[in-house]
Amino acid sequence: MSTIDVELANVTKRFGDFVAVNQVSLEIKDGEFFSLLGPSGCGKTTCLRMIAGFELPSEGDVLIRGKPMGETPPYKRPVNTVFQNYALFPHMSVAENVSFGLEMQKVPRPEINSRVKEALEMVRLPQLAERKPRQLSGGQQQRIALARALVNRPQVLLLDEPLSALDLKLRKAMQLELKELQHQVGITFIFVTHDQEEAITMSDRIAVMNEGVVQQVGTPIEIYERPRNRFVADFIGETNFMEGRVLEVDPVKTTVALDAGVHVLARAAEGLSAGQTITVAVRPEKISLHETPSDQGISVPAIVEEAVYIGTDTRYRARIGGKQDVVARVQNVGGIMDGGAHPFQRGDHVYLSWPTDSAMVLTS
Amino acid sequence: MQASGRQSKGILPILLTPGVFWLTVFFVIPLLIVLVVSFSKRSLLGVVELEFNLNNYARLFNPDSPYLFIFLRSLGLAAVNTVLCLLLAYPFAFYIARQTPQRQKMLIFLVMVPFWTNFLIRTYALMFIIRDTGLINTWLVNLGIISEPIQILFTPTAIRLGMLYGYLPFAVLPLYASIEQLDFNYVQAAQDLGADGLRVFLRVILPLTMPGVVAASIITFIPALGDFITPDLMGGGNTFLIGNVLQQQFLTVRDWPFGSAMGIGLMTLVLGATMIYFRSGASRSA
Amino acid sequence: MSTSSVAVPAPTRSRTTSRLALGQKLLTANALLVFAFFYTPILVLIIFSFNAGRSGTIWEGFSLRWYAELANDPAILSAFTNTIIVAFVTTLLSTAIGTMISLAMERHQFPFKLPLDAVLYMPIIIPEIVIALATLLFFIIVFNMVKNLFGITWGLGLPTIIIAHVAFTISFVATIVRARLVDMDPNMEQAARDLYADEWQTFRRVTFPLLMPAIISGALMGFTLSLDDFLITFFVSGPGSTTLPVLVYSKVKFGVTPDLNALATLLLVFSIGLVLLAQFLQRRD
Repeated sequence: MSTIDVELANVTKRFGDFVAVNQVSLEIKDGEFFSLLGPSGCGKTTCLRMIAGFELPSEGDVLIRGKPMGETPPYKRPVNTVFQNYALFPHMSVAENVSFGLEMQKVPRPEINSRVKEALEMVRLPQLAERKPRQLSGGQQQRIALARALVNRPQVLLLDEPLSALDLKLRKAMQLELKELQHQVGITFIFVTHDQEEAITMSDRIAVMNEGVVQQVGTPIEIYERPRNRFVADFIGETNFMEGRVLEVDPVKTTVALDAGVHVLARAAEGLSAGQTITVAVRPEKISLHETPSDQGISVPAIVEEAVYIGTDTRYRARIGGKQDVVARVQNVGGIMDGGAHPFQRGDHVYLSWPTDSAMVLTS
Repeated sequence: MQASGRQSKGILPILLTPGVFWLTVFFVIPLLIVLVVSFSKRSLLGVVELEFNLNNYARLFNPDSPYLFIFLRSLGLAAVNTVLCLLLAYPFAFYIARQTPQRQKMLIFLVMVPFWTNFLIRTYALMFIIRDTGLINTWLVNLGIISEPIQILFTPTAIRLGMLYGYLPFAVLPLYASIEQLDFNYVQAAQDLGADGLRVFLRVILPLTMPGVVAASIITFIPALGDFITPDLMGGGNTFLIGNVLQQQFLTVRDWPFGSAMGIGLMTLVLGATMIYFRSGASRSA
Repeated sequence: MSTSSVAVPAPTRSRTTSRLALGQKLLTANALLVFAFFYTPILVLIIFSFNAGRSGTIWEGFSLRWYAELANDPAILSAFTNTIIVAFVTTLLSTAIGTMISLAMERHQFPFKLPLDAVLYMPIIIPEIVIALATLLFFIIVFNMVKNLFGITWGLGLPTIIIAHVAFTISFVATIVRARLVDMDPNMEQAARDLYADEWQTFRRVTFPLLMPAIISGALMGFTLSLDDFLITFFVSGPGSTTLPVLVYSKVKFGVTPDLNALATLLLVFSIGLVLLAQFLQRRD
């Protein structure tokens, strides 16, 4: 039974009459790589800053290892932050930057020196100790900022979109490195990002936020495969939304009458009643196209409006019942030019099908 | 942006007290004193007699007295000078902004030098060459253009020249700052849409650099209004502007109440001009 | 949609380019004119300060005699001393006070911020002569009160000059330092506090070092303003507390003398030196 390292207990934060964080409760477990994910302005950074102590909650409290933080200032909290723009002190060398926190804690000089050396080796930049921050590349600055935080052996490391300033290739590399580092060091990482792919790649669990409210908390698989509401389904990856009404509910499936005129099957869900207006959500990669209706599940007739070849997949847009557009991604398994999977073309009549359990019923 | 309001409050009084004390006692209170004294009477024994009256202002606005005229003349002179400065400084700033960055730095430094040197010294330097036995007169005589030296110094013209010379550097820097950050893509877009040189200037460049024009106007107009050195040195005590009268009233005549009333009059003019400029500048750059 | 049968000729290339060239030439001519206007009087002054003769027009050979006369003139030496003393004390006080008030304005909250902001801008906007006469009046009244209440006679002198100088230079220092505080990345100070530095340590190790260039800039500005100030000093100085600008003024009123050229040249060169210093320091930022 893992302990809870950081807890936000019913936290609300107001700036004037703007509510940035609205009654958020989160429990982050010891040793987790936990991400706060959401669009700009959703409150994720504010939550992070409240954990760090740069902002105080208007209501509710932050607890670290069970201890309420109240009005404790940042320099008395056992957390350290890696800032989005790194905030390396320009007038100090790399070594001085990294040793800063230790100096403030009055660690004896010999110990400081050895721990700084250790930290720099951990991020594999021991040779840069005497340089100034402006002489470093973006990726190097990022690693030094990490070292500066980790050298203090905090209980929790907070990272505020640390990779957003890096170019794509470097960002991907750093994502793996950070994950490695977290395993190595073993402490809790709380990671803020707006990039859902990044969150899914790196996190043990994700909290998806929007407009100050937590939409869903779960593992990447849970968030992706079982989005709880429309926002999460839309924000993470790509989703098709089909409006309709519940026809029939049973323990294994839900039958839905789409506004587009056909009947489809979706996963079983609780609390549904016949006649209820709902949305069916299916991800493009779950949908397959067929020339003939299949005998399993339900085949939905549709007309191909668009077929775009993207290399790994072909992306189809098909229209159901003349009204509902659906996007499907079909992997180009066999080489198309070698007589493999026959690509459909615009105007073709096809039958769409998907595994029943891959279609979600969303009420909001 | 401030760091989140999580600072210890204890240090704030220490930070504020010296500055607030000094400014209040030695800046705000003196100005208030001027205001109060402007409504009082001249006293022969003490400093002033604190008897509230409007005599000083009446004297100031009296059409028969020379003072109203002096105010208007100062206003006019300062206004004309501002326009002249702008007319010369704008193309000048434009020219600098079009040079390469290294040259710009060099040229701006050369402009800064007059800006930072003593106003008094610069005025004196001008005096040195325009006086009767100065360089200009001597050259003109030697070149046969005139037969004997013409009086330039100690005339109203000298004052105008001195004002132009003194305040022109002030106008250049704000204009340069504004022009320098003009994105020339706008100019090219206008040209692409068929605007010729003059139109591009009037409809695109000028409006976009208007904040610089406003700043330059203020920075030349206001000091010129209260200028004492230029009319005193260049005018030789013949022409009087607000600055001269104030000096006279305070240091020679020692009529504190009347001098204060004049001072308040000048302040009002300045505040009025500032407000007008800000309103016109703000609406144009909107 | 009919097409016209007569094609309208586009403006010929040569016409537009020659108009552009003319514009360029005019701009350059204007620039040269302005530079000449700026510098001719100054250069003439400097050149003739080395003139062996007394004339302001006839060159009689190179000489340093006027500079020598300056060095031996007690009035000038005393004015020089006064000016330096005033400038140094003013700079010290106004830089300290200006920096403190900048920190208060940009890092703290308190109720009367807005009025204080306005008061800080006033010395920059209000004409110097108004400040001069107000300060003089203030001192006169205070001295009068002190005399009537305590029988002590205070007079105008170096202290009054310093007080007046500090009063108006605080704003200039504050403007420069505040601008830097506003520009400073707030993450720096937060990072320091995240790394266990309390308020004082954050200031000492992070804020203050990063602020230093602005403080020095402000100090230089304060120094220059005090050094060059004429009008306010003229009003609030007394006998025996003459500064160089005031001395220059009285000499100018008296008449053009060659040693005045030398004095003016020295002051010019000194100011230029300060500007160079300021530029050099800015480059290191």
